[in-house]
Amino acid sequence: MKILLKNLNLLNPEQKINHESDLLIEDGKIIELGSNITSIDSQTKTFDFTGMYCVPGLVDMHVHLREPGREDEETIETGSNAAAGGGFTEIACMPNTNPAIDSAEVVKLIKDKAKNHLVNVHPIGAVSVNRAGEGLSPIAELVDAGAVAFSDDGVAVKTSALLKSAMEYCLMFDKTIIDHCEEICFSDGAMNEGFISTLLGLPPLPSVSEDLIVARDILMAEYTGGKIHIAHISSKKSVELVRNAKGKGIKVTAEATPHHFTLTDDVLKNYDTNFKMSPPLRTEEDVQAIISGLKDGTIDCIASDHAPHSVEEKEMEFIYAPNGILGLETELALCLNELVSKNHLTLDDLVLKLSINPRKILNLPIPKFETNELANLTIFDPEKIWTVDVSKFKSKSKNSPFDKRLLKGASVAVINNSKMFFENKFTDI
Amino acid sequence: MSLTIKHLIGLHGVPSDDIQTILDTAKTFREVLERPIKKVPTLQGKTIVNLFYEDSTRTRISFELAEKRLSADTINFSKSGSSTKKGETFKDTIRNIEAMKVDMIVVRHESAGVPQFLTRISKASIINAGDGRHEHPTQALLDMYSIRERLGKLKGLKICVIGDIAHSRVALSNIFGLQTMGAQVSVCGPLTMIPQNIESLGVKIYTDISKAISENDVLNVLRIQLERKAGTSIPTLREYHNYFGITAERIEKNNKDILILHPGPINRGVEITSEVADGPYQIILDQVTNGVAIRMSVLYLLGTRQ
Ligand SMILES: [Zn+2]
Repeated sequence: MKILLKNLNLLNPEQKINHESDLLIEDGKIIELGSNITSIDSQTKTFDFTGMYCVPGLVDMHVHLREPGREDEETIETGSNAAAGGGFTEIACMPNTNPAIDSAEVVKLIKDKAKNHLVNVHPIGAVSVNRAGEGLSPIAELVDAGAVAFSDDGVAVKTSALLKSAMEYCLMFDKTIIDHCEEICFSDGAMNEGFISTLLGLPPLPSVSEDLIVARDILMAEYTGGKIHIAHISSKKSVELVRNAKGKGIKVTAEATPHHFTLTDDVLKNYDTNFKMSPPLRTEEDVQAIISGLKDGTIDCIASDHAPHSVEEKEMEFIYAPNGILGLETELALCLNELVSKNHLTLDDLVLKLSINPRKILNLPIPKFETNELANLTIFDPEKIWTVDVSKFKSKSKNSPFDKRLLKGASVAVINNSKMFFENKFTDI
Repeated sequence: MSLTIKHLIGLHGVPSDDIQTILDTAKTFREVLERPIKKVPTLQGKTIVNLFYEDSTRTRISFELAEKRLSADTINFSKSGSSTKKGETFKDTIRNIEAMKVDMIVVRHESAGVPQFLTRISKASIINAGDGRHEHPTQALLDMYSIRERLGKLKGLKICVIGDIAHSRVALSNIFGLQTMGAQVSVCGPLTMIPQNIESLGVKIYTDISKAISENDVLNVLRIQLERKAGTSIPTLREYHNYFGITAERIEKNNKDILILHPGPINRGVEITSEVADGPYQIILDQVTNGVAIRMSVLYLLGTRQ
C-alpha cells in the first residue's frame, strides 16, 4: 500500500533538511521524496499537510508505563496510545514497575506487549535489584534483552559505591545511567523549599537536595569515564553544574520536563495535588535557568516524566498524595508554546531536543528522510489552537495539571512500523 | 455584624473588620461564660462535625465545649494518619459525613491544605483547627483576644513568637492576624527552626532571646518537642533551654513589662521555667478560657451567616 503525504515542511537538522517536500511511503518505507512525485496509482491515499511540519518521529525518554504492576493506572498499550496521540513514535519506560525491570523476563514481557504497536517501547533497566540500592541488577542480561539505559528512577542510585560500579559496568556496553537526583535524607519534603512552602506550611524539599546528587554524579562520571544522564533537571544550580561539567568534557547529558520550564511553585497555592511531583516545581529563577540551559545546549533533551496516578491516590491529602503528573499528551504543545512561540528555541532546536538528542543518548538509530528508510515521523501543526481536556486523553489516568489550558500547536499524525495514527485512529499502511 | 468569609481556613487574607467582629463577639460570649448557666440557644438545630485526624485533646475539647455552649449537635470523628492506608479515602469519608447533612466541619489534620480541600468537596462551612505546619487560626484569634484584653489594643504592639517556627501552625496565623490588626510580629529561635524566607512576610528574626525579650511587648512562647529525627534541629532540650528558654532571670534583666503567652501544653523547664509559667507575667490560663469564647464566636458567626 502506498500513501502520499503532500506539501510537508520537511525538517531534520541531523540531515540539514529544511524545505518543502512531498513524501511517498510504501509498506511503511519512504520510496520517494520531492515536489513532483509521479509513481502513484489509483489506490494511493493522498493527504494534504500544507502548513505542517514533518520531523523524525519524536522520542520521550522518560515515561512511566506502570505495567507490570499497576495496570489500573496505565498499561503498555494505553501509554503507547497516549504517546502516539502526543506525537511520539518512540518512548523509553522507567523500571519502577512491580516487578521492577530488573530481569530479562520483564524486559521481554514489555517488548512483547509493545511489539505490534506503532510506538517503539524501549525498556530502561533498573540499576539495582528491585531498585533497592543494594546489588547490581543483571545489567548484561538486561542489555541483551533490549534495555537501552539504566536507572533506579523514583530515587537516586542509592550509594556512591553502587553508582561507581554501575558506571564502570555500563562502560562495557556504552550505556548511560539515568539518575533521579535527590538526596534521600531530604525526601520527606512535599514541595520546593522557599517562600511559598513557608506560606503554605508544607514540608519543604530544598533544591540543594537535587544539586548534591547532580554534583556527585558528575564527579563519578569524570572519575569513571562513564556516561551519566540527569533526569528531569529542575534547579538553577544543577543547570550550572551540568554546564560546567560539559565544558570540561565530562560525559554528562540532561533532560528537562515541560512542567519545570512552564510552572513555578506559586501554582501550589490551592494545594492541588496535580501539581505535586518530584523534583518539585521550583521558582521563576529556576524556570529561567532551565530555559537558558535548553537554549545553550546544557540541557540536551526534553522528556515528560509521564507519571500516571489513579484519581483516588491523587485525591489524598497533599502530604500523602503520590508524586507525578501525566505528560505525553501535552508535551509537544507546551514546548511549542513556552519555547518556540516565545523565541527561546527554533523549530530545529526543538527537533534536536525531542527527537535527535534522546536517540543519541540512548544509542537509537536516527530516522532519515531518504528513500528505502523506514518511515518513522511526526507531523505537527504549530498553529493549531486547542484546549486540553483530560477526559479525552488516551492515557488511562487523568492527573494532568494542564487540564482546561489553552495551547497552540499539536501533533497531527505519526507514522512508524508501517502504521499511521491520524484523526484519532490507527491504520496499517 | 456578619463576616465576609464563609470558612475560617486561616488568617491569611482575612480582613481586619472580620477579625474585629470575631474578637468583639467573643467578648460577649466571654461574659456568657461567667454566668451560672453558660448555655445559649444560638446554634440549636445545627450539626457540627469535629474531624480530628491528629490527636489534639485540648483543641478538640475547647471546640466541643464551645459547640455545646451554643446548643449545637456535635459529632466527633477521630482518626490518625492517612485515611487511604486504612481503606477509605479522605474524600469518601467526607462524602459520608456530608450525606449526614452537617452544617459545619471543624478539622484538624497533619497535612497542610486539607481545610482548603474540604471547601472544594463539601458544602459545609469549614473551620481549620490546625493543618500541618500551616495555620491554626482560632489559636491566633484567642492569642489576639487575650493580648487585647490585657493591653487594651493590638495596633502598634510588638509581638515575638518564640520556638520552632518552621514546624508551627500557630506562628503563621499569629503573623497574618496580628499584622492585619496593626501589630509588628517577629520570630525568635535557632535558625534550624526558622522557615526559609519568612522575613519576606515582614517578620524580623531574632536569635538572641534577651534581645527578643527587651525589644518586644509580648512573647508567644511555643512548645518545643524533640522531633522524630532527634537532634537535627536542636542538639538537646537542655541546650535549647539554656539559649532560648524563658526564665525569670531573663525577664527581670531585660523587660519587666513583658506579657507572656503560651498555646500549651507547656513543656516545663524547656521553653519556659515553671517559675515563669506560673508567675505574674503570663496569661496562660486566661488563654484557655478565652479559647472557648473565641471558638463560640467563630462558630456563631459562621453558623448564622446568611
Ligand atoms: Zn524521577
